[in-house]
Amino acid sequence: MLIPILTMSIMGLLFGLGLAYASKIFKVEMDPKIDMIMHALPGANCGACGMAGCASLAEAIVAGKAEITSCAPGGQEVCDKIAGILGVGAKVKQKKTARVRCNGGKRSADKYVYQGLGKCSAVNLLAGGNKECRFGCLGFGDCVQVCSFDAIHLNENDIPVVSADKCTACGKCVQACPKKIIILGKADDKVYVKCLSRDKGTVVKSICPVGCIGCKICEKLSGGVFIVENNLSRVDYSKAKTDTPWQTVIEKCPVKCIVKDN
Amino acid sequence: MDVSMFLSVIIGAIFINNFILSKFLGLCSFIGISKETKPALYMGVSATFVTTCASIITWAIYNFILVPCHIEYLRTISFILVIASFVQLVEMVIKKFSRTLYRTLGIYLPLITVNCAVLGVAVLNSEMFFKPGINTLTSFALSALQGFCVGLGYILVMLFMSGIRERLELCDIPASFKDAPIAFIIASLMSMAFMGFSGFRF
Repeated sequence: MLIPILTMSIMGLLFGLGLAYASKIFKVEMDPKIDMIMHALPGANCGACGMAGCASLAEAIVAGKAEITSCAPGGQEVCDKIAGILGVGAKVKQKKTARVRCNGGKRSADKYVYQGLGKCSAVNLLAGGNKECRFGCLGFGDCVQVCSFDAIHLNENDIPVVSADKCTACGKCVQACPKKIIILGKADDKVYVKCLSRDKGTVVKSICPVGCIGCKICEKLSGGVFIVENNLSRVDYSKAKTDTPWQTVIEKCPVKCIVKDN
Repeated sequence: MDVSMFLSVIIGAIFINNFILSKFLGLCSFIGISKETKPALYMGVSATFVTTCASIITWAIYNFILVPCHIEYLRTISFILVIASFVQLVEMVIKKFSRTLYRTLGIYLPLITVNCAVLGVAVLNSEMFFKPGINTLTSFALSALQGFCVGLGYILVMLFMSGIRERLELCDIPASFKDAPIAFIIASLMSMAFMGFSGFRF
């Protein structure tokens, strides 16, 4: 009776002491700033910063591998707190917002009748979706479902509309969209081209009434702020000047695919 | 020392007596972490590492402590003790020396501590190999090999399951079957498929 009791107690004692000793040897020194930043962050582990969670972002910020502005949902408030902890000057956060770069939706032609599961990711598996346009929105609202901030909704044409005041630029909808038509842009750059079709003008005309046909009118009118490449217009915001005639360009676009967010 | 014995241990541990699908051990992690392929693979690799090491350590404990003291009947509790402290130690060492590895395996190591598959392989080893007639060295080699192959079988099934469940995400499943129920149904179908291996004879 005595031997088993003794053996087990000694074994348990040895392992316990061994572990206690090991925890001393293998102790990892942690920077207290990591803990403080960790508490300043929202703690939702949403992954919008591109890290695994708030803890990894805190580590990266202290190591200098991430900007103090990295936390999108936290906004200016969190950024200021982190700046206080690290003792660096507060940075003004450049606000970003999600932009949907397609305006076709119900108006663009269908390739086939789809009767499956109502998810963009599902219909995208069938020959790249049921739209003739291979670049455009599929309109099942995968982006609406992933949004944690109720900032994105489908309009009457089944095109997602972002409410800029609710959008935190967390980038979840960007990832969810199988067609990659949602981009994160600076909130100040309000004018953008609401189309991503690189098809030729004639093809676009035949399948979508609001697709960019690459006519280059915007390029000429804006003096090079708009650039047409591969039958698609885009805005080079670095060239924009104060006197860029945004309003004229928007009005003169024959398919009205250049829009301005308010 | 017979080569065919090693071969039968390998095939047996991976396919015929696959821990998840034939012995129904380690089911909680099998259902819990098989939603995506990458975590499933990491979990499998960590589990393989732990089963291999646990087989070696429990072999030492059994032969050098339990047998000399004639307390073989205490093997379950002593094995649990050893495995739990070993996994804790491994966690500490990994945390100290490789932050990246700690971040990838970190969450899974505590899960393995209490995984029945790890205890299962230790007990199975002691029943199969720790007995008179098999010399100590052979039993060491066989149990280490069995520990490793059980881990391989675990990885294999985890990868099957996570692949299937990733595809399931895009299927229209009746609401009452979503997530765990459909996973159990699939597990049972896979288990029946693995029964086909039980006809192998060596």
